[in-house]
Amino acid sequence: MSLYRFGSALLGAAILAAPMALPAPALAQANEQFIPSLSYRTGPFGPNGTPFADGYLDYFKMINARDGGINGVKITYEECETAYNTDRGVECYERVKAKGPTGATAIVPLSTGITYALIERTAQDKIPMLTSGYGRSDGSDGRVFPWMFTLPATYYSQMDAIVQFIKSKEGGALKGKKISYIYHDSAFGKEPLPVIQRLSKELGFELSEFPVPNPGVEQKAIWLRIGRQIRPNYVIMWGWGVMNPTAITEAAAVGFPRDKFIGVWWAGSEQDVTPPGDAAKGYMAANFHGAGKDYKFMRDIENTVLKPGQGTGEARHVGTVLYNRGAINAAMVVEAVRTAQERYGNKPMTGEQVRWGFENLNLNPQRLASMGFEGFMPPLKTSCADHEGGGVVRIQQWDGKKWNWVSDWIEPNRKMLREMYEAGSAQYAKEKNITPRDCAKQS
Amino acid sequence: MDAVLDFLFGPLKEIWAYPTFFVEVVVGGLLTGVMYSLVALGFVLIFKASGVFNFAQGAMVLSAALSFVGFNELGAPLWLALVLALALMIGLAFVIERVVLRPLVNQAPIILFMATIGVTFFIDGFFQMLWGEDVKRLDVGIPKDPIEISGVLVNTFDIVAAVVAGTLVATLAFFFQSTRIGRALRAVADDHQAAQSVGIPLQTIWVIVWSVAGIVALVAGIMWGSKLGVQFSLALVALKALPVLILGGFTSIPGAIIGGLIIGVGEKVAEVFWAEKIGGGIEDWFAYILALFFLMFRPQGLFGERIIERV
Repeated sequence: MSLYRFGSALLGAAILAAPMALPAPALAQANEQFIPSLSYRTGPFGPNGTPFADGYLDYFKMINARDGGINGVKITYEECETAYNTDRGVECYERVKAKGPTGATAIVPLSTGITYALIERTAQDKIPMLTSGYGRSDGSDGRVFPWMFTLPATYYSQMDAIVQFIKSKEGGALKGKKISYIYHDSAFGKEPLPVIQRLSKELGFELSEFPVPNPGVEQKAIWLRIGRQIRPNYVIMWGWGVMNPTAITEAAAVGFPRDKFIGVWWAGSEQDVTPPGDAAKGYMAANFHGAGKDYKFMRDIENTVLKPGQGTGEARHVGTVLYNRGAINAAMVVEAVRTAQERYGNKPMTGEQVRWGFENLNLNPQRLASMGFEGFMPPLKTSCADHEGGGVVRIQQWDGKKWNWVSDWIEPNRKMLREMYEAGSAQYAKEKNITPRDCAKQS
Repeated sequence: MDAVLDFLFGPLKEIWAYPTFFVEVVVGGLLTGVMYSLVALGFVLIFKASGVFNFAQGAMVLSAALSFVGFNELGAPLWLALVLALALMIGLAFVIERVVLRPLVNQAPIILFMATIGVTFFIDGFFQMLWGEDVKRLDVGIPKDPIEISGVLVNTFDIVAAVVAGTLVATLAFFFQSTRIGRALRAVADDHQAAQSVGIPLQTIWVIVWSVAGIVALVAGIMWGSKLGVQFSLALVALKALPVLILGGFTSIPGAIIGGLIIGVGEKVAEVFWAEKIGGGIEDWFAYILALFFLMFRPQGLFGERIIERV
């Protein structure tokens, strides 16, 4: 190689490497808010992860297209495939956490396993983690978990609301009744056990528990026991992926009435009721937001993202339960940034600033209306101590074609749940040697 | 001591007290076992003819079912979708033989096994890319209503599945025992080089056996897909076939059936009557314990060929 060519190559390499060597403040000039998407479009849970990821990204696209970003700050995003594996989730987190001018805005792990793995990492890196409707329920105690947000509802709230719903259907009392709890044998399925076990004692119903090994493709033995021997008044299911349609099919196979069968909100999507066909008619599930497209923000997505051909995924996912859940998660992140901007100015927010935004969210009816969320979700308000903010749950029923509400918003037993959150978080604080924050001193 | 006795004999009292329910569990186990056998058959066919443990059998079940539903969704009637899916599985057999197996002729079985792992990931990814990752409903008109026969509850779908599996086994047994190609397949299984030296075309035999395994995968995919919906998890039903193979033997078609029945009944009885005492959810690993127990007495499986090597 001649000296000239060597010199040219060296110069070229130096030019290419220059941006990497620039100090961080130089890069922070970009008026962008980077929001990563830890998604799963492959593997056994891909059919569920895909519509969620589509809704999550389409919402950001809509905010960019309709509003020009969050108060003028453009949203940028990047997907990382976790395949619902905890190790890959952690790898994705490490890959995306420092991207963008201010680092990752927030992490939405979409997996209880990944959530548990990231609790300490996100706290160290000062990145808020949003676990809407999954993860550890006692993470709602913001005094011990300042970086974790469980809004708008936890598994504890959901279980209490489902039992309240059953109680109302059974004439207001559950004494002497039987409830079977069938659950994915994992941290996810075990999470609400303390609530249903406590309620069983307090309300006097007989509880039978059935863990289902992952992935749950075979449940005949369990359903023979439920449908032919125990014959409970109701069955509650905490399932995910193929476990759900299999359970509905097996319930039908032993003749267990589907209108006495209630699933967790991760067992209440179109993906769960499509394979069993008519066998799923009457099956119920909890939810914390609406299904379908009849909301203003959905029309905005339709007009600004889908019609111009900018939709992330297939059109048939739009308006399904999991697509809408992706959108509501994205909206929570956007509103946390917007709230933070009210205090820190209309510029890209850091993780610490967004954390403040999450902690001071006040989605009252006026704010929900301005977001186009009227009728889609109930109001919520977070605080330093309360990272759940809302906690209300509604029950929906599948009629063979679509989900319909069969209950109003159910307010769980706040006093009991708060007591349980604090017991769990105190235990965690003791194990990790954490001194809980004094919320009276927080501004 | 009391706890041990209660664990061992307590459930027997329950069985004695509720004999009809016990019969229901056994019948349910038998019918589930037949479904496991459907998947296990594909493994046996390829192992029998080539000595290769085909890791890709689960992926073939998924790809066959995805293609069947995919063609149907594109507007093909069920019979045409079936024909097209069959053609695709046979085409896949040709491609696997030409691209993967032919370059590895006379290599050690472990090399071929590793190659099938590669094939698994390719098939999983390619067919999902082709047909999408959505959960698809598969309805071939098999009724799924529960019926009671002498007080014992069974499901119509499970009975149909048993009939389908029985027919498939009878056909395969006839094919292997009584046809020229079947005998050639067995010759190749015994010794590749010896079979080649007497003029049996190894490549053709491999294409045939992979095609037949593809057809078996299609049948298994339709039956399991009708039950679970057609989705990625279908590939995981292969895990349910492994204890069946360990127990029944890797080279026996009747072994796959008998093994399936024993595993099906064993895991259901264990789950229903014993699981509660140790926290539940035991049927998956209990199937392997059961298979290992049989291995202690019959290392080659109940119906597997005994391998005797001269030292």
